[in-house]
Amino acid sequence: MTIAISIKQLEKTYANGFHALKGISLEVEQGDFFALLGPNGAGKSTTIGVISTLVTKSGGSVEVFGRNVDTHIYQTKLDLGVVPQEINFSQFERVRDIVMTQAGYYGLPRQIAAERCEKYLRKLGLWEKRMERSRSLSGGMKRRLMIARALVHEPKLLILDEPTAGVDIELRRSMWEFLTEINRQGTTIILTTHYLEEAEQLCRNIAIIDEGEIIENTSMRKLLSELDSQVFILDSPAVVKGDLELAMENVQVRVVDEHSIEVTVAHGRNVNEVFSRLTELNIPISSMRNKTNRLEQLFVSRLNANEAKN
Amino acid sequence: MFANHKYIAFETIVIKEVRRFMRIWVQTLVPPAITIGLYFVIFGNLIGRRIGDMGGYNYMEFIVPGLIMMSVIQNSYSNVVSSFFSHKFQRSVEELLVSPVPNYIILSGFIAGGMARGLAVGVIVTALSLFFADLHIQHPLLTIAVVLLTSIVFSLAGFINALYANNFDDISIIPTFVLTPLIYLGGVFYSIQLLPPFWKIASVLNPIFYMVNTFRYGILGTSDVNIIWAFVILGVFCVVLYSGCIVLLRRGTGLRN
Repeated sequence: MTIAISIKQLEKTYANGFHALKGISLEVEQGDFFALLGPNGAGKSTTIGVISTLVTKSGGSVEVFGRNVDTHIYQTKLDLGVVPQEINFSQFERVRDIVMTQAGYYGLPRQIAAERCEKYLRKLGLWEKRMERSRSLSGGMKRRLMIARALVHEPKLLILDEPTAGVDIELRRSMWEFLTEINRQGTTIILTTHYLEEAEQLCRNIAIIDEGEIIENTSMRKLLSELDSQVFILDSPAVVKGDLELAMENVQVRVVDEHSIEVTVAHGRNVNEVFSRLTELNIPISSMRNKTNRLEQLFVSRLNANEAKN
Repeated sequence: MFANHKYIAFETIVIKEVRRFMRIWVQTLVPPAITIGLYFVIFGNLIGRRIGDMGGYNYMEFIVPGLIMMSVIQNSYSNVVSSFFSHKFQRSVEELLVSPVPNYIILSGFIAGGMARGLAVGVIVTALSLFFADLHIQHPLLTIAVVLLTSIVFSLAGFINALYANNFDDISIIPTFVLTPLIYLGGVFYSIQLLPPFWKIASVLNPIFYMVNTFRYGILGTSDVNIIWAFVILGVFCVVLYSGCIVLLRRGTGLRN
């Protein structure tokens, strides 16, 4: 399997002495949809900055598709598309001009650039806005414009730094569909996000970075399987008494209010058994949801463990 | 990056730069025309009539080349410094930095943009001057060469200013406190022969003095400086400033963390 990105012993100390990256190492395979998660200030954006050459590293190496970013700067940049966290296009230019200009920076002839520009603006629902000044776009549209701009040269590796921050849920879901589609077509994607539901839904592999160190690097499936238990909120049309007992091993129940209960089910325990027991007790269930996102539970536990270690 | 890709990238930067100053033509092209027009009316016409001849020409004819050169210098500089700093301020410079465009193409594109505005204003001011003076260009090639080189020098200087600038004050300090005094003391309005000995020597140390006088020589055929020496100075400035820009870009000064 080809390695899309290989980071070895990456270090970054800023001029003010802040040690943002403490020798992180990471590999992302070609075709992967990879989540790079971490709290604010953990080093996610610095890592992306180093990969995209916007931040000068203090040590270590970065290779994109086997080429060192220091020695093969032009080819690695051709392979890379970056959607930064903050809006970074001219607010005075038209939507179409922003994408066409970016295509020009990559040396795309005008006709090809125009075709790609139309293709991505249409896919991201911005074609009707193409002649408008970018400052008039909504926050979600600006984020989509940055994705269209990053894709116009059709990079093999797309890095998205919190692309759905501040975007409403409907739009976020349509962006998920779009990203899943381009990933299916072969584009390797690295995603940082604070929406852990987003990472869980989209990504196959995950790394968690905290205080400049990688504290977890595994597959999403393996990580989720490490959950000791899951907590569900079950809603019932029937009135639930406060002293409800299920009398089941490895299952705890707590009545939230007269129509909702909180059930904690240990890893490996079949949830259907809980439903059967509730049916026996004449408590029909109308809806069910996780109390917290599963990845969020693990994310918080890993960060707490790291804090305790340090 | 292949040569044709580099050319497309260069062309893209130039088109973007020209589009920028044309979009705000009321701020970029009209004010210098009005300012220089007022110089023609007040200094050239009203006061100039009382001054009489200077350097063998009437005062209006004498100041026209200097005023054209002044507008080229100011606009070449201000286009690059304001445009590149605005790219930094809005972070749209990151579009360029993550792309495979080589540093020398980035620099050349912005310099070409600065030259385009400097020369556009120069042409407007020249056209305006025809209402006030009869211009018969004595050395056309030399005139074109000196105006192009001067425009390059001040576009490069504007680029360095933009790299170091951290806020909008930083892009107005150099034009206000360095460029304007050097231009006014660079022989735009007077011949060096009028100055006392100390100020004659001081003028010789002012690079703008050589540019203005060489341009005046191209148009009127008269100059206070050695023309070959003036071109050497222009050439040295071009090479030094260009090299400085490339080194700063490579280091990422003002651009990369």
